Amino acid sequence: MGVEIGVQVNGKTCQNEIEPRMLLVHYLRDVLGLTGTHIGCETTLCGACTVLVDGRAVKSCTMLAVQADGSEITTIEGLAAAPEAAGGLHPVQEGFWEKHGLQCGYCTPGMILTAVQLLHDNPNPTRAEIRRALAGNLCRCTGYQHIVEAVEYAAKKLRARKR
Amino acid sequence: MATATRYVGKPLKRKEDPRLIQGAAHYVDDIELHGALHLGIVRSPYAHARIRSIDTARARNAPGVLAVLTAEDVRAIGPIPCAAQIPDLKPAPRLVLATDTARFVGEGVAAVVAADRYRLRDALDLVEVDYEALPAVVDPEKALRKDSPRVHAGLADNVAYRWELEGGDLKKAFRQADRIVKLRITNQRLIPMAMEPRAVLARFEPGEDRLTLWSSSQIPHILRTQIAAMLKFPETGVYVIVPEVGGGFGSKLNVYPEEALACHLAMKLGKPVRWTETRRENFLCTIHGRDQIAEMEFAVKRDGALLGLRARILADLGAYYQLLTPLIPTLTGLMIGGCYRIPSLRVEITGVLTNKMATDAYRGAGRPEATYFIERSMDYLAAELKKDPVELRRKNMPLPKEFPYATATGLIYDTANYQGALDLALKKVAYKKLRRDQAALRKKGRWIGIGLSSYVEICALGPSSAMPAGGWESATVRIEPTGRVRVLTGSSPHGQGEETSFAQIAADFIGVSPDDVTVVHGDTSAVPYGIGTFGSRTLAVGGTAIYHCLEKLRDKLLKIAGHLLQDDPVKLELRDKKIFLKRDPKKSIALGEVIGAAYTAKTLPAGVAPGLEATDFYEPSNFTFPFGTHVAVVEVDPETGGTKLLKYVAVDDCGKVVNPLLVEGQVQGGIAQSIGQVFLEEAVFDEQGQLLTGELMDYAVPRAADIPWIESFRTVTPTPVNPLGAKGVGEAGTIGATPALVNAVVDALAHLGVRHLDMPLKNERVWKAIREASAPAAGKGKRSK
Repeated sequence: MGVEIGVQVNGKTCQNEIEPRMLLVHYLRDVLGLTGTHIGCETTLCGACTVLVDGRAVKSCTMLAVQADGSEITTIEGLAAAPEAAGGLHPVQEGFWEKHGLQCGYCTPGMILTAVQLLHDNPNPTRAEIRRALAGNLCRCTGYQHIVEAVEYAAKKLRARKR
Repeated sequence: MATATRYVGKPLKRKEDPRLIQGAAHYVDDIELHGALHLGIVRSPYAHARIRSIDTARARNAPGVLAVLTAEDVRAIGPIPCAAQIPDLKPAPRLVLATDTARFVGEGVAAVVAADRYRLRDALDLVEVDYEALPAVVDPEKALRKDSPRVHAGLADNVAYRWELEGGDLKKAFRQADRIVKLRITNQRLIPMAMEPRAVLARFEPGEDRLTLWSSSQIPHILRTQIAAMLKFPETGVYVIVPEVGGGFGSKLNVYPEEALACHLAMKLGKPVRWTETRRENFLCTIHGRDQIAEMEFAVKRDGALLGLRARILADLGAYYQLLTPLIPTLTGLMIGGCYRIPSLRVEITGVLTNKMATDAYRGAGRPEATYFIERSMDYLAAELKKDPVELRRKNMPLPKEFPYATATGLIYDTANYQGALDLALKKVAYKKLRRDQAALRKKGRWIGIGLSSYVEICALGPSSAMPAGGWESATVRIEPTGRVRVLTGSSPHGQGEETSFAQIAADFIGVSPDDVTVVHGDTSAVPYGIGTFGSRTLAVGGTAIYHCLEKLRDKLLKIAGHLLQDDPVKLELRDKKIFLKRDPKKSIALGEVIGAAYTAKTLPAGVAPGLEATDFYEPSNFTFPFGTHVAVVEVDPETGGTKLLKYVAVDDCGKVVNPLLVEGQVQGGIAQSIGQVFLEEAVFDEQGQLLTGELMDYAVPRAADIPWIESFRTVTPTPVNPLGAKGVGEAGTIGATPALVNAVVDALAHLGVRHLDMPLKNERVWKAIREASAPAAGKGKRSK
């Protein structure tokens, strides 16, 4: 009943036999032990489980692990290895720390990865664009304002690096 | 603070963040234990049903299933605890699994344990329960009728309790009044919706007779004591560990069936057992908040002076009592008079049982309701008396010199400058200009509304005499031989940032950097017995216990240093890891040397014991009473009833601030939850007691784009209650903001004669109000309601 899948997770090749119905988030958390990806709703509504699949932000609670076969996945644990991080924290991670963009931290990994995709697509977003881009990620603690500032901080830093 | 404050008052980045932003933190469900089994609960789909029979055979025989339990099997486990002490409270005990009757949708009727979560999910569907549906009690007002079905057949009716509070001469007030103004206001039921659903992991080690429970909780010690009592297991063998918690807001200030069930099953099966709540379960069977209806009746003079208030509050408690369920509405009663001089007052609370999940503490816990009721009323009164809402408020606010101020409800408000916060808020919104702009725009067909709320809250809960399970807090501070400072707090912060603010306080006292300080919390075997985190108490009460420990340690360090330097300790100062003579800083000794002396104990002065550890159990002498004024500016679309929040200014006074960044975060987050309550959120039940807003698709938690830019300011009025001067800020946003927002929407429709609207103000509700008020029906004219 198992199915073989092969994925690149945070730059590492992972080969596993899994149940076809296994969700990607359970694969990451239970099989690979990458518990930085959180589960908040199991219904694609809260965004806590967001990871990057081939560079795109995906809610891993409603994607089957088998659908990720052959893809490259980045979770929060692997973000600091991105070239933008330049050996330290990724600028988006840095922004969240600098601007107090998190309180309980549960939504944070998903929020950060969604912001990474936003800044990839739109390096200089307005506040309204940031808020719109984060519409699929819920936060109950911060009221979002510091998150918006965190993303602005990261955008500025990323633009400066590209110059 | 006695020492110079290098770190206290500064917006330091949080010490807890590096692990959280890199996915390296551990919430309960991230903790791996070898061979852990998965627990799931079969839940009643009926709000009220007799359980005729439960057939567990198919589930029991399903692959990977290790156990299926029903109420029969867990008779030995004690009921869910309720700590509230209310006179003549009717008994409504809840067992960890329903025995013969299920009383709300989501109540557990069977427990299944399987080897993994997928096998568990399959097996849950195989438990067959034969229910006989019974009529459900849903509407709290109908629940009071003589012919209503009863939630508990053994009780005469659905009234859980009646509670009264009276102060001053109310009869006289109503006799002397020029006007009597009545208003009925509801504060709808909400779902707390912390981002991390509840999670539990239990392990039993029979050799050591040790039961370890990891739980996403706000009260590790109370949980430990209660679990020991429920399972009749020696408390000395119970270890509760609260790791990272993904938000609580009161919803994890409780003891839930799954915590006891997981422990029971871990002991029974000899393997670790984990339970992880689904979001659907979180909506159904983690506590709800608010759900009160108030009838406010004011005796007022023509000039706006308040003489008396009679408030009748109906509180929907749900089917059973969780830890504090019946207590919460009494907090509403205590604070119903708000920040005003109301010489006489009477509050009558009726707690009613219904076939719903219990209500309990949700961010603010009774105080947002009180503030909403009084502040909504103030705008209503202003409209009735044709006064400016600012002036009506100002007229009735006690002056700063009147503090400490005794309220008619028997509280002593510590310190305040209500006028100061009000004036600053008005200045920040340019109130007079705003009113002129509003009038000008109205002529152009644009409906702008300005809403105010001046609030006072009761925080730093609190003196033990007024708290069900004690209101003190504990701390131990230890300076380790290497010079690292370990702060162990009995409180259990989860996101508020006390790992940072406590470190700031410690760093100032000991003359080290916050980086040298580690704050430990949540592990009952590591920290002294404590109360927990709720009621904006962690810094004001928990922080004060730490403060006292630090005082003792600093004195001891100075005493030892004085001995080593052969000088009087009172002439010494401790800073930058050095202890030096105040008048001659060159004469100094390194902190490390003094710490070393304390541990090697060879050169200690007479009467000074070795070691550097201090413990304190701090009992606050009073609550604290933070306050502030919020102003909201809203535009209403005349065509659609749509509302747009144009501006939000918050002025909060939480006393002295240890870390302004954290305060801002608390304020903004709280206001966002209020925006949720005012415009989006409502737990809606149908007549059968089904929760129609039972998941995130239907229950609209605010998203980033729903929240405007919040302009946050502070005034600083320290409290004399604790040496930090801090009052607490965790709930200010949910307490101060709802009335400002609703008042703004009502104000936008004032020209139509609209005087009141109940939350949530969805477009449809506002649109209907516009339609009704604008209808040219004969004799209707402008409505006063």
